[in-house]
Amino acid sequence: MTNLQSLSYYYPELILSGVILGAIIYDLLIDKSKSGNVGWFLIAGLMAVAGAICLQDDTVTTLFTNSIVLDPFASFFKLLVVLATILVSVVSLQSGELSEYRKGEYFTLLGIIVFGLFLMVSTVDLIMVYLSIEIVSIMSFVLAGYLKQNTRSNEAGLKYVVYGAFSSGIMLFGLSYIYGLTGSTNYFEIQHAIANLDTSANTALIMATIMMLVGFGYKVSAVPFHFWTPDVYEGAPTTITAFLSIAPKAGAFAMMIRFFNQVLADGGAMGGLDTSSIAILPWANILSLLAVITMTLGNVVALQQNNIKRMLAYSSIAHAGYMLLAMPVMSGDSIYAIMIYLVMYLFMNLGAFFVVIAVKNKTGGETFDDYKGLGWEMPMIGVAMTIFMVSLTGLPPTAGFIGKFYIFASLIKGGGQFYWLVLIGGINSVVSLYYYLRVVKVMFLEGERSETILQPPTIMAVMILATAIPTVILGIYWTPVADWVQNSLTFFIQTL
Amino acid sequence: MNDLNTYLLVAAILFSFGVFGVMTRRNGIAVLMGVELILNAANINFVAFSRFGGMNFDGHIFALLVIVLAAAEAAVALAIIINIYNNMNTINIDEASSMKE
Repeated sequence: MTNLQSLSYYYPELILSGVILGAIIYDLLIDKSKSGNVGWFLIAGLMAVAGAICLQDDTVTTLFTNSIVLDPFASFFKLLVVLATILVSVVSLQSGELSEYRKGEYFTLLGIIVFGLFLMVSTVDLIMVYLSIEIVSIMSFVLAGYLKQNTRSNEAGLKYVVYGAFSSGIMLFGLSYIYGLTGSTNYFEIQHAIANLDTSANTALIMATIMMLVGFGYKVSAVPFHFWTPDVYEGAPTTITAFLSIAPKAGAFAMMIRFFNQVLADGGAMGGLDTSSIAILPWANILSLLAVITMTLGNVVALQQNNIKRMLAYSSIAHAGYMLLAMPVMSGDSIYAIMIYLVMYLFMNLGAFFVVIAVKNKTGGETFDDYKGLGWEMPMIGVAMTIFMVSLTGLPPTAGFIGKFYIFASLIKGGGQFYWLVLIGGINSVVSLYYYLRVVKVMFLEGERSETILQPPTIMAVMILATAIPTVILGIYWTPVADWVQNSLTFFIQTL
Repeated sequence: MNDLNTYLLVAAILFSFGVFGVMTRRNGIAVLMGVELILNAANINFVAFSRFGGMNFDGHIFALLVIVLAAAEAAVALAIIINIYNNMNTINIDEASSMKE
């Protein structure tokens, strides 16, 4: 479709661009004490964007001369990103860390990240892959270092910028080889060219794919490209940590699924088409290995942490590993499992970070010591945190269990060569039980049993409930999510 | 000098220097210079493939885009490094490390 025609299908992004520009101008007109209003402006704008996305739910087409696609798969991830951003924005307005700073730019940058993620989930072109990764990364660098006076936040920004620029540079070098081998930047043409490629090019192709994996791995914080994660997650404002742990990860998984499904498989994993072209490359083995290392390292290092925020950073690495487990299968079931897992992970992980923010607003600390006796002092937060921790472990009857169940089920359906992944995933879940339940133990069994009961501020309490309730309900009744994901499993496929 | 391989070789050498620079340098600015070398190595690849590989103009477009994004990234990175210098009086990546493993 030509550029001009595409615009009529591009209205969610156009509304979002309008909201971002509006937020910049609005921020100029109000003074610092009222800069939180920009946040409400962004939230209202994002709701309008979500509505616009729902309107075009079943359209399947390419836009802007084959640069990006519009399909239900992309719409699903767009809605997920918008939902995460709305939840994080509301909490950002309550965060004590940000209260000394002007918040206008903060929300504007969040809006720009959402735009970048929209491109990321719908890209079918290498140029757009690099552009979207950079839009998201550059804005994240600024947001991670947003607390200008706080040296830990500065440090988070510096580490992020160094690792981010390095990994995306290596990815770009890989992209240049893929372009050289196939003569195109378009996924469909690349897939066609790879299928007809001489076997002598395989070494170069594997090298280029591994270089691309560096970029993807950095975005989903998979080991061994995870070095930035603990420091950035610990130093960045907690609201941004919560955002980074879900939205860019969802975007990167969408991009990764599209890339592997479209370029290295035959794009027809959904329709049950012949997937013979997968066999050219051992990328299923590469991905399995990556998933196993990611999970294991994330869980084992999380055991030794004393800072809850840092522990959750390693836990998010482990969860990226669980989702990566389903990637090597690359069947309809496995993509379905990853999407369900992301929905569940959104609620439980955001909820855990919201509790960290609420506790930090009250006690100013985020280590295990600050959580002693918290369950008796703030029962609501204690119970909510227990739910999130049980769910992150993956125990029934919570959302985390459903997510893990679908991942492991897709592996078992995938065939005998994936059974060992299920075993290692199961062992890892058991290991993670220790550090998740340690939080619960510290909250209820250690420290003084307080006589007075404190309630968190109303909006914080509402936001924690807004994540805790779905975490429980989706563990018992997940049919709406399953249906939604099922309806979103349509890719745009073009055969040349 | 009309050979694709020559250009690819130059790009590969530049890329290696860039990776080496990022890995060994401790100074924030020097690390950024390493990253720039990597990006420019990729640019040489793109343009060379486009010119000598008998391909379309996508490579040229990609290279132009990378130049723009590299500038944006450098601007943000330098701003962060200046801020670190103001607060900690160092731009050494090892020294600016208060969070433990």
